Amino acid sequence: MISIQNVHKRFATGAAAALAGVDLEIRQGEVFGIIGRSGAGKSTLVRLLNGLESPSSGRVAVDGIDVAGLDAAGLRQLRRRVGMIFQNFGLLSSATAARNIAFPLRVAGLPAAAIAARVTELLGLVGLTEHSDKYPAQLSGGQKQRVGIARALATRPDVLLCDEATSALDPETTREVLSLIAALNRDLGLTIVLITHEMDVIRQVCDRVAVLQAGRVVEFGATADVVLDPQHPETRALLADAGEMAVEALDFPGRVVRFTMQGAAVATPVISRIARETGTDISVLDGRIGRLRDRPYGQLTLGLAGGDTDAALALLAQHGRVAA
Amino acid sequence: MIGFFASIDWSDIALATLDTLVMLAGSLALTIVIGLPLGVALFLTGARQVWANRVVHVSLSVVVNILRSLPFIILLIVLIPVTLALVGTSLGVAGAIVPLVAGAAPFFARLVETALREVDRNTIEAVQAMGATTRDLVLRALLPEALPGIIAAATVTAIALVSYTAMAGAVGAGGLGDLAIRYGYQRFQTDVMVVTVVLLVVLVQLLQMIGDRLVRHFSRR
Repeated sequence: MISIQNVHKRFATGAAAALAGVDLEIRQGEVFGIIGRSGAGKSTLVRLLNGLESPSSGRVAVDGIDVAGLDAAGLRQLRRRVGMIFQNFGLLSSATAARNIAFPLRVAGLPAAAIAARVTELLGLVGLTEHSDKYPAQLSGGQKQRVGIARALATRPDVLLCDEATSALDPETTREVLSLIAALNRDLGLTIVLITHEMDVIRQVCDRVAVLQAGRVVEFGATADVVLDPQHPETRALLADAGEMAVEALDFPGRVVRFTMQGAAVATPVISRIARETGTDISVLDGRIGRLRDRPYGQLTLGLAGGDTDAALALLAQHGRVAA
Repeated sequence: MIGFFASIDWSDIALATLDTLVMLAGSLALTIVIGLPLGVALFLTGARQVWANRVVHVSLSVVVNILRSLPFIILLIVLIPVTLALVGTSLGVAGAIVPLVAGAAPFFARLVETALREVDRNTIEAVQAMGATTRDLVLRALLPEALPGIIAAATVTAIALVSYTAMAGAVGAGGLGDLAIRYGYQRFQTDVMVVTVVLLVVLVQLLQMIGDRLVRHFSRR
């Protein structure tokens, strides 16, 4: 769906390159996350996809169309197929929710009746029907982002770009907005590219993820692989920020292992059963049980002492992945 | 108290007030017609904007700055040949409009540019990302978003124009300023001076009040 090939971007004012050779393929219908700290280049990267920025070199193609090769009219055409939502929502403060949602349709030159019908439909889709005549200043952050989402979807795009779309929201509203995004992906088959600095956001909605550091992709793969088995120090640091990984293993008199399980295993009493069968005392030193999109996972740092620890480790390995 | 104002020719005052209002309305209308597009152009050609163009931006800036750096009384005199060429006379209300607009339009344009810079950067990006043309951006997004700021700018400009019209009175434009100078200053008729000053104060207060109301009416933040 989206292909980014050896893209470099250097700003006239910046000393370092914003992007230094990025290659990515984003598939149709997936939720693709790009995570990195501020200044990693993720905002620049996502802006290449709708031509808000153009690459200094390399190629960006959306559905086979070379974005940099488009003229002004072609670019406007492309932008109607690629919706975008923003951290600070980017709503017109002088227009009501309904007028904001109507904006891309008016720009596209649709007849008034068609616009009104579509706006009503979109307000329903994001659950804002009763707020249609309110101005952004009268809406909560979550409601503003819903207006942003409805507006981005107005022209029935194939791709939705999310630029730190939940960073200005509280954790509960973030969850709400993310589940709306996940539902849009599931129900409309929308391809979603989401940039964030929060690993929680990646965990909740992304199928695949790329970790960006200093303008380069340093790690890339299925969310489960990247989150549960991070390879690059930057990924580990981002996970540590999210409280996802034990920072330091405790000083434990015995074997310390990291045990990762996914799916049904999470709900089975694996640890107590193994402890009973092998006579090993198992302490949970650190860990997290959660979901990656909808799939449950657990990642625990376990301390094993006494009994038959080798047998216990072998049994653990039958239910998940064990690493030193 | 009544005796103090006894010798005033009230028809003169009425005529002068009307002249001032006509000069103000005419010059304000033309100032907006010229200054608004100029302000939009200053904004759009600025760094990181849609028409970002250093050469054009700097050229416009220099012209605006030159017109703004000349004291209005000097501009009045310097522009006499231009006024003659454009309207055929440098006297009266018609003759005053050209220098008034030349003085006020660059001032207004700068204020418009500043008001446009207040528009959220994210909003501008969002509008572009929706496939809007620059025309859509300006007419459907930038101007409505900046409307309260632009009305406030027009109010400040209108008040500046009131004081400019008084100065224009000095070079034969008529109006309250002319009256104040001729009677109040040159003929020591303090009563006329007092009346004109009061009228000017009332006019400025009214303009500010109307402007503030409109700003409040259009503010949605």
